[in-house]
This record gives sequence, C-alpha cells and structure tokens, in this order.
Amino acid sequence: MLSENGAKMELEDFLKEITESDGVAGFEENVSGPIARAFAPYVDETRRDNLGNLIFYKKGKNAAAPRVMFCAHMDEIGLIVTGIEERGFLRFSTLGGFDARTLPGQEVTVYGKEKYPGVIGHLPPHLCKGEQKKKAPEIKDLFIDTGLPEDVVRAGIDVGAVVALRRNFVTLRHRCRAGKAFDDRAGVALLWQCARELSRMDHAADVFLVATVQEEVGTRGAVVSTFGLAPDLGVAVDVCHGDFPGAAEHEVSPLGKGPVITSGPNIHPCLFERLRAVAADYHLPCELDVSPGPTGTDARAIQVSREGIPAALLSVPLRYMHTSVELLDLDDLKTGGRLLAFFTTSLDRAFVEGLACF
Amino acid sequence: MFLKELSELPGVSGDEGRVREFIREKLSAWGIEHDCDTLGNLYAFKNGSKGAEGGLMLAAHMDEVGLMVSAIEKSGHLRFYKVGGIDEQILVSRPVRIGSNAIPGVIGAKAIHLQKKAEREKPLEVDKLYIDIGARDKDDAAKAVKIGDYVSFAAEAAALGGSFKGKALDNRAGCAALLEILQRDFPGSFVAVFTVQEEIGCRGAKVAAYRLNPRTALVVETTIAADLPEVREKDQVTVLGKGPAFTLQDDSVITHPRVLERLVTVAQERGIPYQFRGYTGNFTDGGAVSRARDGVPTGVISTPCRYLHGPASLICLEDWRNLMEVVDGFIRSVLAKGL
Repeated sequence: MLSENGAKMELEDFLKEITESDGVAGFEENVSGPIARAFAPYVDETRRDNLGNLIFYKKGKNAAAPRVMFCAHMDEIGLIVTGIEERGFLRFSTLGGFDARTLPGQEVTVYGKEKYPGVIGHLPPHLCKGEQKKKAPEIKDLFIDTGLPEDVVRAGIDVGAVVALRRNFVTLRHRCRAGKAFDDRAGVALLWQCARELSRMDHAADVFLVATVQEEVGTRGAVVSTFGLAPDLGVAVDVCHGDFPGAAEHEVSPLGKGPVITSGPNIHPCLFERLRAVAADYHLPCELDVSPGPTGTDARAIQVSREGIPAALLSVPLRYMHTSVELLDLDDLKTGGRLLAFFTTSLDRAFVEGLACF
Repeated sequence: MFLKELSELPGVSGDEGRVREFIREKLSAWGIEHDCDTLGNLYAFKNGSKGAEGGLMLAAHMDEVGLMVSAIEKSGHLRFYKVGGIDEQILVSRPVRIGSNAIPGVIGAKAIHLQKKAEREKPLEVDKLYIDIGARDKDDAAKAVKIGDYVSFAAEAAALGGSFKGKALDNRAGCAALLEILQRDFPGSFVAVFTVQEEIGCRGAKVAAYRLNPRTALVVETTIAADLPEVREKDQVTVLGKGPAFTLQDDSVITHPRVLERLVTVAQERGIPYQFRGYTGNFTDGGAVSRARDGVPTGVISTPCRYLHGPASLICLEDWRNLMEVVDGFIRSVLAKGL
C-alpha cells in the first residue's frame, strides 16, 4: 500500500489520514473511502452492507475453521445544524456525546452544498456577569460562525447539515499522537494492523474485519453487521480511558503498556482467557479491565445478536476521549494488531464449539 | 499582506522575539531605519530618525495572550500560568506549542463519560488543566521543556468565508497594517513602534512613548466585536464589516478630542465607513502613551474582531483595509498641518 506521497503506508500514516477525514455518526461515507483503499491490498474481498458498514473478508486456509468478526467503529461524534439565525449564525445539536465546555473556539467543517469552514462562537467573557460566570456553557448557548453573509449561508446550508470538528493530527513525544476521532479510528487502525499481520501468517479461520457505522449513537452498525455475518465469535475493538492526572485509578489504563482486555458479563469468559493466553504466549504486553454491565462498545450488540454470539473487547487506552485532542500511544495499536492476529491463528473448530459448554 | 505569517508566529507577552525578527527583516529589506530598546520594542523611523522625537508616533503591540509553564508534574504533564487576559473557556481540546523549539502539546479535558452532571455544569478551572506533550514522566518532559517556557496556540490562519481567522489577530492585525503603511511614500517622517507586553499592562508602550516624547500618537489596535446571537445592540462593542472602530474612552484613556475629530474628518473625507467602540472597558497602549512625560494627545483605532484572544479569532478584511486607509489619511493630515 502506497500513501499519497508514494512511500509505503505505515500505521501512523493511516491513522493520520483517517483521523483528518470526517465521518460523523450516520454520515461515514467520507472516511470510508480512505479506509477501503488502505485495507484492499491485505484482504480478499471488500463490501458494504445496507447501513454502510465496510466489511473486509480475509479467507482462511480451512473451510471447516471458525468464522470470526473483528469490528471497530469508523464514525465519530459530530454536530448537526438545527437552525439558521439572523446574520447567518448556525445553531446546532449533537450527534453523540459532547462536553459543551470543549466546544467554544473549536473549528468545524459544515457539510452544506459545499464544505464550509466555521468557528464555534460563544459569549465573550466581558458580557458574562454574575451567575453566568459560574455556569458552564450549554450547547444551546453556542453557535457556528462561517464568516459568510446571511444570504450565502442560507443558499448553501440547510437545517440538517452535518458538522465535523476540524483538527490536524498532532505528533507528540515518542510514540504519542493526538487528534480528533481517534475514538474509534484508532480501533480501525488496529484492525488494519491486524490485516497486515495476518497477510504474513497462515490462519485457518475466515476473518471479517468490519469498520462499523453509528456506534456513537447506539452501536447500530454492529447490530446489523453481526446479524449479516453471523460469525462464530466477535471481538469489538474500541478505545478505553487512558490515564491522566487526577483520574481515579480504576477508571483508567496506562498508555504504552499494551492494549486492554476486558472481562465482565458482556464478554465470553473463554474469549477473555484466550486473548490473555495469546498475549502471554507471544510476550505481548497487555492490561486488564473489568466492565460490570454491557460495555459502551460494539461488543454490547455482538453478544445478543441472533441466538447469541460470543463477544470480546480489546481496547486502546485513549486520553481526553471525545475532545479534538484525543491522545494515544502508537505502540498500543501495533501490539493490539499483533495480538488480534495471533488470536486468530489460535482458533479452531473445537474451541468455538466449546464456547457453548458451560 | 503579512497577516497570515504574523498571526501564526508565537509571541506571547515577554516572548515577542520571533514577531520582532519577522518585522525587522521586512524593515531592513525596505531600507527603513529601525532600532530596539531594552524592553524589546521595535522602532521603525519612516523617512529617517532625524527629528523623530516630538513628532508623530504610531504604535501596535506585537505580543499576544498565552500561557507559561509553571511546573512539571511527576507524570510529565505541565501545569501553566495564564499570560494576559486569556479566555479560559477556549483552552481545552486545544493544541499548543511550547518554548523556543515549539514543542507540540495538547490541553485535554477529562472525558465526558467520567464526569458527573454537576461537574459538567461548572466551567473548567484553569488551575485544574494541564498540557500533555506525551512525556513518559517528569524527567522525560524536562528534556523537551522547562519551567518558564512560553506557550502559544497552534492555530492556522486562513480565509473563512469573507472573513479572516487566526490566533493573535489582536494585535498582529495592527502590526500588519503598520507594515503595509510603512511601505508607502509619505511627505514627512513619523515613527511606528511595534511594542511589547501590551497584554500584561502596556509596559512596552510606556517606555516607547517616554523615549519618543511624541506630539501626537495613534495606537493601532484590535478590539472586541460581540455582534453575536442574543447580544443586544448596546452590548456589541463593535460590529464586523462596519469599518474601523474609534475608541471614545476605555479604562486607560479618553481619546483626545482633536485626535478623534481628525480621525472622523479623515474617514468622512475619504468616504470610509467607521464606528465608535461602544464599550468603555479594557485597556490599550493608548493609556500608557497618553500619560507619557507631560502627556500626549492620543487616539486609538481598531479592527473589530470576534472571539478576540481566541485561537480562531475573526476579522473582516475590508475593515482592516479601511483601518489602513484612515491611518494613512491621519498620518498625511498630521504631517501636513499638525493636530
């Protein structure tokens, strides 16, 4: 795979390309192109289902071997225009969970008849008095300023126009990188790494790598992709909270110490154990986490699809989730991709049949 | 037009070196005599320094609001002070550049998922925020940054609709306007001063005005435009697109009536739209200059700017060009007939 400048595309280049692309929940088509192009050299077949999930098929060596699905969501949280006001200011609502305090001063792209850059405006400090100063802004207090006259705005942008945050990829120290939509394009990048690893390995199992849609508004893509593929098992690849100063230790995982394997009722105990065992066998660092209920990931949908599908969750620690400076360590992605590939080679029919033996 | 370059250069109060260097290179290339004082103010002597004292002084400040590294935590995260009146609301979810090597960092925020509702209803407190450069720990961070390093926004300047957005337009817009004007021919001499440390109390302008002891001064600034939804007309301060704003009064200066009258006359004669800054708060270099030595008749003219002090502040280029035309006319008028 060559990147635009002709050099061999690496994990970092891929992550940069797909996180500088826009794909708000329900409107993922802009990001699905670069994802499909990058996966193509490493998979046997690419298709798209009715909701827009991108499904990459990698054929196994043995037709009797298990069929497995690994998925990561390609949608990101975003905004949607709800009104156009006097002088062309846009009011908006959210697609996915935003902390309104992270929005003032952020730059955005409004998808109208064309792409319009804009800035999220708020009341200037000198006009905030008394009680207002003690209150955080709410979404209803904010607006988008395109710098365009009202008639141009009205001609080019309708209510319902989707808005994505703008943020260039930031290269930090060592292997740390920051940007927007790392939740969960980081997961997509991990899947891509897994595809590259698998292309150098013999694996019996048939593998479906899925970039799902609409996770941020309720894991909707995974609901239909799991139904459609009816795999023997599914692993959701998502992000979890990375450590930061002042965080409660049980809520976060350290960066750079490997991907995180989750256990709990949403996760089939044998899959959890197998992932741990594979990590140990191949000396891959990993961290453990627990989730006491259905996880906030595609694993939630996988587990209760059809007659029940064993689910697991592999996560990448990510700081500052749902801001435009989400931060991760590239090594965690690389390790996660390898772990998932070795996990694939460990699977056989007997293991899958044993998953119903409680 | 040097707006883009000037906007993107880091130059927090006390750390104006890169902006000064950029301007100095232009002045040298154009053969304009210039020098500096011990605070770092840059003086451009149009048509030579002879007789510069006691003449006309123009001023635009080079510095911008920003942050300064105050401590490095065990974890390698950086704590910071604010430098100047930065709007705390726009700090999170933000890339920054630190120190003379422009080390990239980000200001994150606790993920929404980990916050209780009551937490989200309160503004983020600046003393709870920190900068993350991806360091492994304190020692690792100390290899890249140090306490006292200045921090500015990493923000691209570009056209936005019919407007122009970027960081530090307060007051690189003023610097850019003076640079444009300095390239023109004038029938007499004046001094354009690119001042330091305006945002922390107009400290550069104070000594510059003392040194030059001008007879007349005009401060070229950038000011709040709050022509925003739900803001009543009387609270809007200025409106984008209605021309440069003349200050009547702020917390630091009352524009000298003869200067104000001259600005209005010039604008009217040239058919340039203008507005009055409808707010009496905040301070500018105008205050420091007007009180220098035995006093200087001083005025302040500004480009209106939405989201002032933010990483994506917004000006209307037509206002900025119109500001230049009024300043140009004012200089010619004062050179021709005094105040």
